Amino acid sequence: MAASKQKKSGFQNPVIRWIDDRLPIFTMMDKEYGAYPTPKNFNYFWNFGAIAMVMLVLMIVTGVFLAMSYTPHTSMAFDSVERIMRDVNYGWMLRYLHMNGAHFFFIAVYIHIFRGLYYGSYKRPRELLWILGVLIFLLMMATAFMGYSLPWSQMSGWGVTVITNLFSAIPFFGDAIVTWLWGGPSVGNPTLNRFFALHYLLPFVIVGVVFLHVWALHVSGSGNPSGVEPKTKKDTVPFHPYYTIKDTFGLTVFMFVYMAVVFFAPLALSHADHFQPFDPLVTPEQIVPEWYFLPFYAILRAFTMDIVFPFTGWITDGGIVFTAKLQGVIAMFGAIIVLFFLPWLDKSPVRSARYRPAYRWCNYLLVVAMVLLGYAGAQPAEGTMLWIARGATAYYFAHFLVLIPLLSRYEKTLPLPKSINEAVLKDKEEAQ
Amino acid sequence: MASKKDDETQTRRDFLNLTVGAMGAVGIGAAMVPLVDSMNPAADTLALATIEVDISEIEVGQTRVVQWQGKPVFIKHRTPEEIEQAQADDNAPNLTDPEPDSARVQKPEWLIVVGVCTHLGCIPQGSKTGQPRGDFEGWFCPCHGSHYDTSGRMRAGPAPKNLPVPPYEFLSDTVVRIG
Ligand code: HEM
Ligand code: FES
Repeated sequence: MAASKQKKSGFQNPVIRWIDDRLPIFTMMDKEYGAYPTPKNFNYFWNFGAIAMVMLVLMIVTGVFLAMSYTPHTSMAFDSVERIMRDVNYGWMLRYLHMNGAHFFFIAVYIHIFRGLYYGSYKRPRELLWILGVLIFLLMMATAFMGYSLPWSQMSGWGVTVITNLFSAIPFFGDAIVTWLWGGPSVGNPTLNRFFALHYLLPFVIVGVVFLHVWALHVSGSGNPSGVEPKTKKDTVPFHPYYTIKDTFGLTVFMFVYMAVVFFAPLALSHADHFQPFDPLVTPEQIVPEWYFLPFYAILRAFTMDIVFPFTGWITDGGIVFTAKLQGVIAMFGAIIVLFFLPWLDKSPVRSARYRPAYRWCNYLLVVAMVLLGYAGAQPAEGTMLWIARGATAYYFAHFLVLIPLLSRYEKTLPLPKSINEAVLKDKEEAQ
Repeated sequence: MASKKDDETQTRRDFLNLTVGAMGAVGIGAAMVPLVDSMNPAADTLALATIEVDISEIEVGQTRVVQWQGKPVFIKHRTPEEIEQAQADDNAPNLTDPEPDSARVQKPEWLIVVGVCTHLGCIPQGSKTGQPRGDFEGWFCPCHGSHYDTSGRMRAGPAPKNLPVPPYEFLSDTVVRIG
């Protein structure tokens, strides 16, 4: 079946051959998803790219059908979502798949990102591949944020209010930018309308960036848990059937958990205030974003002290102030922006944390910091919680800006295996 | 000779490329203006800009919340003590955004402010009886803990500014037009 290079195409089926001679799409598929030589030592962390891709398709399919019954108007949005739940055939299922799909999409992507950090997948020659990944992450967050606004619930409306108000921290143009984002003097119908338009658009932009992401992957080749690049044929196996089947297995397990939540605990990850219509005159007791935003929300709120630049009193009354709000906004966006620079912050020639004992521990600490931030993000920002958030924020930035650069100079790494094959054989020996 | 001619066409071509590139950039920039501006408030949105409120039934000490441009506006009928407190605090050191009370009211007994926390836009509590009013007896924003005083000025917490005073006018002793 494999396409041979001598003939134009080696496909048996005349229809496929006819098409392939004119548009070599089957040759391309076979090269990239059939024969594609893949390191033979993947562990289950390598499933999550494929899982994320399936989730993206699932979100688009359920989303398009939801959109057929959804009304993007402040006076009707909430009711139209309730109608989807009660009256539209299988509407409840579409909504629960979409709503929980967002959660599971983020679970897959967070594991996928952790894999990249742990095994040094961002290093040369995969820097651009990594950067495209961070871009996808940003686009996903924007998409999910706007999607969450669509039911126009208390949490939708107040989430939008708080997050769009962040932009008012920008000096000089802040207020004009916020009015522009809203399309009016406050969060209202123009806001909902544009969020729906963008929520429909952005997933397709993500599809485009995912295409580039996978293209870049297939140029550099996949990484692997040893961090040593494949050298001979002994180090790789063809993608099909080895990884098509491994990905299918991982996907099945993942889907099992996802479906269990969709059908047996569909509201487990939701907040009660998301099921009350938006009231612009009443703020809910606590505005809590979805869990996947919590660590960044906690970073935002960790900054509470204005800094006054000394000796600037002559410029404005009270001196020039670097407001806590602006500090928080910069830190929150900075927490993601710093990921773009990771390939250049980490100069260690060793990729995998397997052979970097100190870096491995830093990685675990980073996970702890993220979990603490996530927990703090869901609590009122005061007292001990505030200090925990500050400590974890400090670790987060120290991890990327101090520890990683220092480790790449001073860490004593373990000896690398000569090849993937050798690493695999050694693992086998040790297991026996 | 031939090479000289090549050079000539090179520079001519460079010039043309640059000009076309620059024109293209200007064109795209110009095309962006209507797209971006279409997202600014539309004419009818801006037109819904004023409301008239009958304030005759707001008792001393009470606050009425009305909606203006989608935002709550607090109309506070201040007690003499509240007025005195607001004026006494004109030079308090913890005013983040210093402003005398006299600059924030037209009639001392009526404080009219936009009830949107200048931090991240929550609605501060304290307009209804029984709600927390914060350490300065005005309003308290529960979202991240900002305290406002009886003049709606920012006194403690993360918010950077005082509650803004909307444009308003007393049409009579009992009717005020906001906007
Ligand atoms: C990257 C992919 C996507 C993500 C992460 C995402 C995320 C979300 C989230 C978090 C919600 C709120 C669900 C709720 O709380 O009820 C939502 C709602 C919605 N989404 Fe998406 N979405 C994606 C793709 C799409 C696409 C492609 C469409 C179709 C055009 C779409 C249409 C809708 C509609 C109509 C709603 C409102 C109905 C509802 O609340 O269930 N989504 N989305
Ligand atoms: S929105 Fe009021 S304190 Fe943050």
